[in-house]
Amino acid sequence: MVAQNIAFGIIAGITVLAALGMVTTRNIVHAALFLVAVLGGLAANYVLLAAEFIATTQVLVYIGAVMVLFLFGIMLTRAPIGRIPQMTGASWPVAALSALALGGVTVYALIDRFGTDSLATDSTVFRTADVSDSVFSQYIVPFEAISVLLLAALIGAVVLARRD
Amino acid sequence: MWILENAFLIPLIPAVSFLVILLFGRSVIGAERVHKVGITAVGIVWILSMIAAVSWITQVEDATSSKADDAEHALVSVNEGLSASGSGAVDGDLYLAAEDDGHGSDDGHGYAAGPDPVISTADGWWSSGGIDFAVGTLVDGQTVLLLVVVTSISLLVHIYSSEYVKGDRRFVHYYAFLSLFTASMLFFVMAQNLVQMIVGWELVGVCSFVLIGHWWEERPNTDAAVKAFLTNRVGDIGLLVGVAILFGTFGTFDIDSINRAVGEMGSEVHFAMLMASIALMAAVCSKSGQFPLHTWLPDAMAGPTPVSALIHAATMVVAGVFMIGRLYPVFFEGFSIGTSSINLMAFIGGFTALIGAGLAFAQWDIKKVLAYSTVSQLGYMVMALGVGAWTAAMFHLFTHAFFKACLFLGAGSVSHAAHHTFDMREMGGLRKYMPHTYKTFVISTLALAGIFPFAGFWSKDEILLGALKGQESRYLLMLVFGCVVALLTAAYMTRVIWYTFWGEYRGHGHPHESPKVMTVPLWILAVMAVVAGAFNLPTPVLELFGLERFAHLVQTYAEPTHYLNAIGLSHPGPEWEMAAAGLVLALAGIAITFMYYWRNTGPHGLTERNRYAKAGYTFLEQKYYLDHLYTDIVVGSIKAPIARAANWVNNNVIDLVVNRAGEGARDSGRWVYRWIDQGTIDNTVNALGSGADAGGQGLRVMQTGKVQNYGSLLFGTAAVVAIVFVIVL
Amino acid sequence: MLLNQFLLLGALLFAVGVYGVLARRNGVMVLMSIELMLNAVNLNLVAFGLQHDVVSGQVFALFIIAVAAAEVGVGLAIVLLLYRNRRSIAVDEFDLMKG
Repeated sequence: MVAQNIAFGIIAGITVLAALGMVTTRNIVHAALFLVAVLGGLAANYVLLAAEFIATTQVLVYIGAVMVLFLFGIMLTRAPIGRIPQMTGASWPVAALSALALGGVTVYALIDRFGTDSLATDSTVFRTADVSDSVFSQYIVPFEAISVLLLAALIGAVVLARRD
Repeated sequence: MWILENAFLIPLIPAVSFLVILLFGRSVIGAERVHKVGITAVGIVWILSMIAAVSWITQVEDATSSKADDAEHALVSVNEGLSASGSGAVDGDLYLAAEDDGHGSDDGHGYAAGPDPVISTADGWWSSGGIDFAVGTLVDGQTVLLLVVVTSISLLVHIYSSEYVKGDRRFVHYYAFLSLFTASMLFFVMAQNLVQMIVGWELVGVCSFVLIGHWWEERPNTDAAVKAFLTNRVGDIGLLVGVAILFGTFGTFDIDSINRAVGEMGSEVHFAMLMASIALMAAVCSKSGQFPLHTWLPDAMAGPTPVSALIHAATMVVAGVFMIGRLYPVFFEGFSIGTSSINLMAFIGGFTALIGAGLAFAQWDIKKVLAYSTVSQLGYMVMALGVGAWTAAMFHLFTHAFFKACLFLGAGSVSHAAHHTFDMREMGGLRKYMPHTYKTFVISTLALAGIFPFAGFWSKDEILLGALKGQESRYLLMLVFGCVVALLTAAYMTRVIWYTFWGEYRGHGHPHESPKVMTVPLWILAVMAVVAGAFNLPTPVLELFGLERFAHLVQTYAEPTHYLNAIGLSHPGPEWEMAAAGLVLALAGIAITFMYYWRNTGPHGLTERNRYAKAGYTFLEQKYYLDHLYTDIVVGSIKAPIARAANWVNNNVIDLVVNRAGEGARDSGRWVYRWIDQGTIDNTVNALGSGADAGGQGLRVMQTGKVQNYGSLLFGTAAVVAIVFVIVL
Repeated sequence: MLLNQFLLLGALLFAVGVYGVLARRNGVMVLMSIELMLNAVNLNLVAFGLQHDVVSGQVFALFIIAVAAAEVGVGLAIVLLLYRNRRSIAVDEFDLMKG
């Protein structure tokens, strides 16, 4: 238990710092790399939560695919490499206030409600087979809907990005 | 009874044919031979359907003869039931005639209890959220009736098309989708549960869309296809809602269970059934071209003519009628058909029949006349169901399919001859050039007009009879609608014959008779248009020839007595007066038109001379301005980009309101200043005015147009609301 | 381990994501911040799934990953289109709806 808590502390620290770095850095490529760190940290958290399949998917889909997409986006929009002075808009204090208020109230509510409840230790470890069983039986309709959504997104992206 | 349990084979065969034609049509089979694949597949299915029909009839016979033993002691209770159900509802003579034939009944509702439907299911199609969805087939008399209609018309249309669409640039594609349509429609009519029904419903809609837009290079065709598709989407919402209500009420999608449950629970579920019926009625309005969603059907004539005959006259458009018939207990309970004297379904049907018939007068396109005629006749069927005449509606569906398909194919034949025009002003005199088409067209017209002894006479008479007698009280308004439509139908069809086949030829080139492959299907359909009425003759007519046992075949074999018994549906007995009145009205319609065109009497040129008549004609010609309502007003107001609307609101409304408010306040301040007080109040008022003005300007600042500012507002508000909920409350 | 440690981590990441969405000028950065918010939600789902001993938490996390992938695809296409038309992806330069 102690080892897990130490691991969580390290991972959480890295994740939060990387997230902060991502939204404050002036270098857009650095921001993308910070995002990789955040996503990797979350994947590690999923492992701690005994969600192996989600962790793998997180690595494959986010770090593998989505990040490449982001890098393409950065490249295709000719973002200047290196520091950009105007990375943050003029209204950042308002944004910071909103974020602080929202984060603050969430943190307060969580501590108020869950306090020091410890994580259930006797719960089942759902393996990949269990997840897939559930997806393909109980949640088959949402699953199909997602597949249609992905198709629609695919076509939409092609239509939008096409030169004509 | 093997075929009834394995009915899934029937839609499977055309589905396979669809895939074969689509995948191998051009490469392996060869584009000019694909029609043989389609015709073979549909031919096999037609034979299977006939076998299914025979099996079903045998099953009914078995079920009733096993009950015949009980008939002796059931007679007493039947007579009690007769006297209890009142004089108008059940005709004693008719009933006793059936009694002699062994069609005994022990339920007291006045007709024999047939066998249960043959249901075969395979469980575990899929499941979601703990609900299992089965897949299967439900075959009963109604299904068998539709199987026969769909496969017969489809087979003839397949054969006819091989000449009509020959050499078309998408011949393969055409036959593929004709097969898919046949498969979908057959799948739909034997759906075991509501989910399957929705699947079939949407599949036929897709096929309709594809085939209307068959010649999509021309803009009006694609517009018509899109219009048909979108209009049907409107109704599909109703279908989904209706199915959801039924599922919520009964916890099952199974049609058989739902129908039985309604019969048992009766008025307990009245409100839910009312809501479900209204929602499902929207679906019927779109699919079966009922007012006010009928506007897509005439436009759908942009497709090839055989498609119009098959899909937009004989089969697909009756899907709505079929659905009402299938879920009849739901509608019967929901709309209180048994006890009311007017209800939504009957009114929509009757009104549609009326406006459809009216519109048919103002059309010059022969196919559009027929399309409005279809709208009108579908209205007749829905009206029949609305007044409780289940059998009459299905019987009319059956007869209408044949003569309307014949009329459409006849129109196609005319256009094939007269250089691909459908404009009646460019036809005329064709009876000399196309004798076969002319004869079949006239026969079908007489059938549609309801002239004795053609098929339409019998079915139309039963509908009028249903309205006359109703269930407990008569549906007087519907009867009036029905009679007026009978007159109008005969009149506009006679007009079509005048313009198309009489007078002098007004088109170009030399018209010629169509080849045999087109005229033979026409003759088959024409023969059916004559004799189809024989399938549900009333007993008194047959008594004259001593053939009582062939009376009411549709009623005996097609009616789902297992459902209708429970809701207490009764049958009206025949009335000579009603039949005579219907016939007289039809003859009058023909006579009036005949006098007008052939004898040249009556108020010719009235529309030019009289501005009221002209206005009425324009109103008809513009289709009651419904299309304008939909495209210009409804769609137009939505189509304008929302961004522009929001921008406009920002620029005009917010600015204007705030500025005007400010100015108004300022003006009133001045008014006060000038007229009442120039001293102390003055300053206050000015301050108010400019305050409102400044407030307006201040609010205006918030509308920066920058997405992140809106985002800040959104998240900030969310935070504030969250704080209120979490900390304060 | 406490349930709250994961939930609080999620809350913090969500707040950081909100800040990123609202403050960053670059369109791609805004999209990245949205991903951060979605991931924070995922963490919550998985943690609650473990707490309540149901598999649904993980299933919905998977669905969110799929939806997020679709969202990035369409979002980047829109950004690309903006860039092509306006030669800029600074979101605060687009104010056609200004009142």
